[in-house]
Amino acid sequence: MSAADAHAETIYHDELPSAYTGLDTRKLAIWTFIGSECLFFASLISTYLVYKGKSLVGPLPHQESQCMLHGQLQQCGAIFEIPLVTFGTAVLLFSSFFVVLALNGAQTGNRKRLIGWLGATVLAGLFFIGMQVYEFYHFYHKGLGYTTNLFGSTFYTLTGFHGSHVTLGVIWLATVLVLAIRGKLPPRKAVNLELAALYWHFVDVVWIVIFPTVYLMR
Amino acid sequence: MTAGTLDHAPAHPGPATGIWSWMTTVDHKRIGVLYGATAFFFFMLGGFEALLMRWQLGAPERSFLSPELYNQLFTMHGTTMIFLGVMPLSAMFFNYMIPLQIGARDVAFPRLNAFSYWVFLLGGLFMNFSFVLNAAPNAGWFGYANLTSKQFSPGLNVDFWVIGLQILGVASLAAAVNFFVTIINLRAQGMRLMRMPMFCWMSLITQMLLLLAFPVITVALVFLMADRAFGTSFYSPGGGGDPILWQHLFWIFGHPEVYILILPAFGIVSEILPVFSRKPLFGYAAMVFSGAFIAFLGFGVWSHHMFSTGMGPIADSVFSLTTMLIAVPTGVKIFNWLGTVWGGSIRSTTAMHFALGFVAMFVIGGLSGVMHSSPPADLQQTDTYFVVAHFHYVLFGGAILALLGGAYYWFPKMFGYLLDERIGKWHFWLTMLGMNLTFFPMHFLGLVGMPRRVYTYPAGLGFEAMNLVQTLGSFLLGSAFLVFIANIWKSWRERERRKAPADPWDGATLEWSIPSPPQEFNFPELPTVEHRDELWHRKRALGGPLPEPARVSGAGIHMPNPSYWPLVTALGAMVTLIGFMAGGVAVNLTGAAILFFGAFRWAFEPAG
Amino acid sequence: MPLWKVAFRSAWPGVVSALGMVVMAACGGEYPQSTLAPKGDFAGMVDVLFMTTVKWAVVVFVLVECALLYIIWRFRRKPGDGEPKQIHGNALLELIWTIIPALVLFFIAIPTVRTIFRTAEVPADALEIEVIGHQWWWEFRYPDERIVSATEMHVPAGRTVALRIRTADVLHSFWVPQLAAKRDALPNKYTTLWFTTDSVGAFPGQCAEFCGLQHGRMASLVVVEPPEGYAAWVARQQRGSPLNDGGRLVYATPDDSAAASADSILVQGRRAFLSAGCVGCHAMAGTPTAGLLNLTGPNLTHLGERRTLAGGMLPNTPENLARWLREPQVVKQGSLMRLARPLAEDEISALVAYLRARQ
Repeated sequence: MSAADAHAETIYHDELPSAYTGLDTRKLAIWTFIGSECLFFASLISTYLVYKGKSLVGPLPHQESQCMLHGQLQQCGAIFEIPLVTFGTAVLLFSSFFVVLALNGAQTGNRKRLIGWLGATVLAGLFFIGMQVYEFYHFYHKGLGYTTNLFGSTFYTLTGFHGSHVTLGVIWLATVLVLAIRGKLPPRKAVNLELAALYWHFVDVVWIVIFPTVYLMR
Repeated sequence: MTAGTLDHAPAHPGPATGIWSWMTTVDHKRIGVLYGATAFFFFMLGGFEALLMRWQLGAPERSFLSPELYNQLFTMHGTTMIFLGVMPLSAMFFNYMIPLQIGARDVAFPRLNAFSYWVFLLGGLFMNFSFVLNAAPNAGWFGYANLTSKQFSPGLNVDFWVIGLQILGVASLAAAVNFFVTIINLRAQGMRLMRMPMFCWMSLITQMLLLLAFPVITVALVFLMADRAFGTSFYSPGGGGDPILWQHLFWIFGHPEVYILILPAFGIVSEILPVFSRKPLFGYAAMVFSGAFIAFLGFGVWSHHMFSTGMGPIADSVFSLTTMLIAVPTGVKIFNWLGTVWGGSIRSTTAMHFALGFVAMFVIGGLSGVMHSSPPADLQQTDTYFVVAHFHYVLFGGAILALLGGAYYWFPKMFGYLLDERIGKWHFWLTMLGMNLTFFPMHFLGLVGMPRRVYTYPAGLGFEAMNLVQTLGSFLLGSAFLVFIANIWKSWRERERRKAPADPWDGATLEWSIPSPPQEFNFPELPTVEHRDELWHRKRALGGPLPEPARVSGAGIHMPNPSYWPLVTALGAMVTLIGFMAGGVAVNLTGAAILFFGAFRWAFEPAG
Repeated sequence: MPLWKVAFRSAWPGVVSALGMVVMAACGGEYPQSTLAPKGDFAGMVDVLFMTTVKWAVVVFVLVECALLYIIWRFRRKPGDGEPKQIHGNALLELIWTIIPALVLFFIAIPTVRTIFRTAEVPADALEIEVIGHQWWWEFRYPDERIVSATEMHVPAGRTVALRIRTADVLHSFWVPQLAAKRDALPNKYTTLWFTTDSVGAFPGQCAEFCGLQHGRMASLVVVEPPEGYAAWVARQQRGSPLNDGGRLVYATPDDSAAASADSILVQGRRAFLSAGCVGCHAMAGTPTAGLLNLTGPNLTHLGERRTLAGGMLPNTPENLARWLREPQVVKQGSLMRLARPLAEDEISALVAYLRARQ
């Protein structure tokens, strides 16, 4: 490590001005951002609910319908595969637990715990994304395109934005993981992981709303 | 509190002058000046667009402007004035004044602050670039579906509008996070929330509105973009969609947006009136709570923009009542301002003229708003010049007059010299005369049946005389702004002999305790606050004015380094969004690459 | 500065304009599209409510502005002024100036809600008219009378008219200020508006929702006729109506007569109507598209007796009709009146004669 590296305060401003509330300023920023994002997802979910049941053609989520497949009007089954998504949901929920364990490792200086559980979190996130990609691919081949009907448009927009938030979260966590592996995440810098973890929990909570609303509710 | 925590970093790494220093600045004061200059330019552009329209409407059946150009002008006038005029003019004051008023050295995230500015500039330039292609947005500033669908707006006009607004939304959201956190967490020791200057309070509430309202228009625009670019049917009846969904989403954003426009103005007026009455703001707590209540309730009135869509009597009644309810805290503010000046010793500075003019004009705008709140009555008023009168009274007579007052009030602090008061009075009276001549007749014009957004009108409906008066008034109003520019220029020329002390007005708040203009680090030592109107208390304790603060070396005070990564990241954001209207995935990915590259380098930059 | 000067300088633009308003309100006739001199019951109810709000607004305006002017004059700084009393607030005042405005609003809210519900209910036994907005003209279909019209809506005096409004393309808003108010035209459902009037006359209106390029030129005219006049109008419109006889001609016109010379100008006009492609966008009784609805342009079967052309933009005169046929894109740029090919001058003269004879 060069002298400049050693001297320079890398990653984030470690010495932010004193916080009036005692809350870390960067954590406050993440919470603020999360509050704003709640309205973003609320608008997407509301639109999904407003258009629920209003599609003119299938495929539909929970029931059979008429849909266009290979240029022909056909009878199509309900398109959701709940067991797969339920498993992905469980994985995502567990990943929030994993990152808590990783954060504990960061805060206590336990390098193995930090890297192990943070790696598990990233893997869980990647699994969830993989599941979603597989699901989208599967739906597309069963006749549900983005423009096929209102269900397709609202579903893909909502879960697509959620998935892109998961992706950004995975990138962020992976970056922190690399830093941890390179020894640049000592306990006094554990807040850097905590910020990513907060965002990750938010992404998880949004899914906890989306899953029953979209997948379970009929 | 000691000056800084690190001894080794110099207070001024990098050049202090020149274009590069401005392009890499992370100093809130410089960013404030950038916002102000850019916003003022766009405001003049929006004004020019208005004068063109007023010329067209000065007589019936004029063919000075083609219908297409007229429609582009009224769309861009509204969009520009709101998103590129009033909002960034407010941002100029958020940037410059909030850290000074709360006793901080800068905002919480200085580079994010710079990022916001650059995104705003790029968004404004992008949107106006559309004129070059004769494809400026032309579906109105609230772009109702399904006129905005690809079918009925096949050109690039609406795409420019959608992408431009998304870019500007990024700027607003980033700034909102920044200022919210700054006000909550960077206040000086002892500055409890209820001791904070009212401008900071109104700004805090405004940031919360921004944070909660902008995501909704982001979603609305995403749906519109999807309809246009990919062929979804979010707003297309052919595919099962409903154009009214757009109206709901837009106005759930749009109504809080108007409070975003006016609350900072409320805050500025609440700063000016006490200082020039030499009395504290009357009813500080009432002013805080009424502001918060207005913001909260502002999310519950949106469908009053939709009274003519036939929502049914129950929805009409509910939104009518919530709209009327919001007039109560607004009235409370007016009365508290009157209570502030009552019994005072009123100094007739230009800033005070504008602040009092605000009160007079905003009352008119508020009253026409109450008239709109009654749905049956609104069924005659909506979409006519009556509503154009209403919103110009609250936006021009309200927001703009307050911003001008703030300009005269804070100019000496920002630039170190005072504006000419005599020319300032001329500016004020020309503005008042021009404003009233332009917008007052619009109440009647609407009531005698002239709809809005019409590029011309026939003779014989009685619209001629009022339109002529309005056109004359608008040119008078334009000349008032020329007087303002002349004032700035003349005062700049005479700046040596117009030098401003730290506290030219006998102010009450912390910004007046440091030199004019402030040094880069604002306060040599971060202040401790024990009262609301802290400076008045200090002066009273001293029995006279405070000694002129000296300029000190600032050695040992640690300020953040300048950086160009915010600008790079801003460019990446803009290019990514442009990919949705031109160039496809390749452009999206290029932009994303620049964005990620910039963001990573930003994140790992030495803090300085 | 003395108070009168302060008051004068601040208030004169507003006062001048206010006086102007009074003058204008009195002159309903000079403002044919005014909301202030209602001739229909719906508009009348709205006007009563509006005047209630105006009354309260004027009271508040006068009180607040006078208070402001008084304060500015009375408390201006005078030499020798000491520091004024540093008052921070008064809880009782806050209560008073919260409750009193709330009460005033209550007095506006009650008649408002009452009027909302009264106007929401369409009176029984109304004459039903379907209003369809197009870019940039209004279409009217009378299901019971089995007639169609464009731009002009004739109604009988003394009978309630119930409008069912929709659009064929983008959002519009149907507005006839003197009789009723406005109601938006939506693409996926009908909205309603109704009125009754005893005033015979022609009441202009304009589209009141921005609908694209020529939104400013989308006018309408409600012609209120005495019952006999209305019945006669209906009878005339029924001849050749797509909703009545499928557009077949059931009456003799000059160009129908066997005696008509083959090159009479009316016959030439009819030939031009067919050969120039007009028939593709405009239903005309006695032509192949006679019985069609939902064509791009209005049904022209009775164009001769309409008062205006081009969506209410031009008076229906031979010169204007010729201009409209010669260069529609110059007259109303962007309109969907696009000729298949330019017309020769003799074709135009023939068409003008032919169309003006469609009564």
